[in-house]
Amino acid sequence: MGVNYEIRKNTYYDSVTLMLISKDISKIEGVNDAIVGMGTDLNKELAERIKMSNDEIKAIAANDFFISADLSDDSVWESVIGKLNELLNKKSSENSMDYKPKSINSALTYQSDSNIAIISVPGQYAAAEARKALDEGLHVMLFSDNVSIKDEKDLKELAYEKGLLMMGPDCGTAIINNVPLAFANVVNKGDIGIVAASGTGTQEVSVIIDKLGKGVSQVIGTGGRDLKEEIGGITMMQGLDALIEDDATKVIVLISKPPALEISKKILEIASKSPKPVVVDFIGGDYDMIKSYGVYPSVTLEDAARKAVALSKGENPIDFIGFSKSESEIENMVQNEVDRFDSKQKYIRGLYTGGTLTDEAMKMLGSDLGCIYSNIPLDPKCKLIDSSKSIKHTCIDLGDDEFTQGRPHPMIDPSTRAERLILEAEDETVAIVLMDFVLGYGSNEDPVGEMIESIQFAKDNAEKREQYLCVVGSICGTDKDPQNLIESQMKLEENDVIVMPSNAQAVRFVKKMIEKIG
Amino acid sequence: MSKVNELFKKEISVVNVGLESFYNELKSQDVKAIHVDWRPPACGNKKMSSLLSRLKSK
Repeated sequence: MGVNYEIRKNTYYDSVTLMLISKDISKIEGVNDAIVGMGTDLNKELAERIKMSNDEIKAIAANDFFISADLSDDSVWESVIGKLNELLNKKSSENSMDYKPKSINSALTYQSDSNIAIISVPGQYAAAEARKALDEGLHVMLFSDNVSIKDEKDLKELAYEKGLLMMGPDCGTAIINNVPLAFANVVNKGDIGIVAASGTGTQEVSVIIDKLGKGVSQVIGTGGRDLKEEIGGITMMQGLDALIEDDATKVIVLISKPPALEISKKILEIASKSPKPVVVDFIGGDYDMIKSYGVYPSVTLEDAARKAVALSKGENPIDFIGFSKSESEIENMVQNEVDRFDSKQKYIRGLYTGGTLTDEAMKMLGSDLGCIYSNIPLDPKCKLIDSSKSIKHTCIDLGDDEFTQGRPHPMIDPSTRAERLILEAEDETVAIVLMDFVLGYGSNEDPVGEMIESIQFAKDNAEKREQYLCVVGSICGTDKDPQNLIESQMKLEENDVIVMPSNAQAVRFVKKMIEKIG
Repeated sequence: MSKVNELFKKEISVVNVGLESFYNELKSQDVKAIHVDWRPPACGNKKMSSLLSRLKSK
């Protein structure tokens, strides 16, 4: 019994591969806990923190692979190593015939017409790789996070000088020439161009545009910090200029959390001079201030998509603050749900994988419900002391850094959320669970399927104590995504989950229930 | 025409550095892509890596 380990020197695998293998190893019977990773400082620290390290592991380098497992029986070690080899062999046989050069420079010798680099190496190495790509004249999508703000500024200035796009760091979503890059959905080609500092926010807007029968020309990601004062909105302004010049774009959408005031004015100034209509969703930003620049402010991500679609059709855009279903249908649905709660059930628990969707939910639930507790609260006084324990009304972004250290993002591996849902359902004051399901490239191959068992378990658990747990969700996905949208929706509905057409409508529906509970 | 607008008119051709799953997904959509078999510089040895980068910047 105890911790078993193995080190393989100079053997490199990327982080997502390793985390997914780690998950499979942890499922083996007799494995209490396991860590599979490269010898980075972060992994070594994690191993030490969970008491799965030793002097040999402490001494390895970032290019050395290690596995460490806490076993209830030492005889399990053989099957752990067997499984590990099986998974790694499977991995190395994928695309094994493809030529994989060792550097960007040699990649360009082989594929000389390359025009964009997607970089997702660990943060400490990311800026150097991005710089190499820019120096070679490539546009860059930098997915990696943990890049310093100084490096971001330097990279963006370098890109600007060269006339290249520097999307990111921490840019998760882009669609260039109809090709989804990293975490993005398969969306119709159309005449709406998007520049966005938000990943899931962009996915939500592009998906709704598609559902409404229109499409996108380009989706340019900027990374979450682009509109901070230190960076000055370099990529957003560059993207906006490019969309103004682009013949295929008729309507432009800008998405971001409220930018620094000065930057906001700078962006809106350019937008106000655009010959094309510009829809702006500075999530929770100042509606009247945005409107004063002659652009179209929006109240939600869905509203931004609807306004863009209306403008693309030559129609007059109006605020969308309701539901796709009729008011009376919604009122009946709300009443049906509320009638099933008992007097103890009062609270919402939002379990999100998308940060911007969490943010939108908290803003829409508003201050009249009191504090919406969170790990990323709108008001610092509503910050959860312990993010693993919800209080009253809580909305959690499970994709935030503290939940993803040493684990894949919940959009890739839904198990953190599945476990959290079961925990929330043990609380008899909880009435409603609110969730997003993000489809598309980059995401888990069946985000809904992976949650169904825990949804059933949570609902059954509530039923055992004669309570009813209401689960409301929305799916951010199109019928062209690699996952099956229709089947995903059916699976949820068969399991008594109320599926709304957007995050905004899901939140609005939940708010009506809470107001009725009183 | 700016380089960004030129990009909008071309077929995209990707150099992927890092997560191989992004490369696999691009290939599954028949997008032109090449994957760099990236690993940390100087065998992941921080001291060596910093010496190397100092040499390179000279």
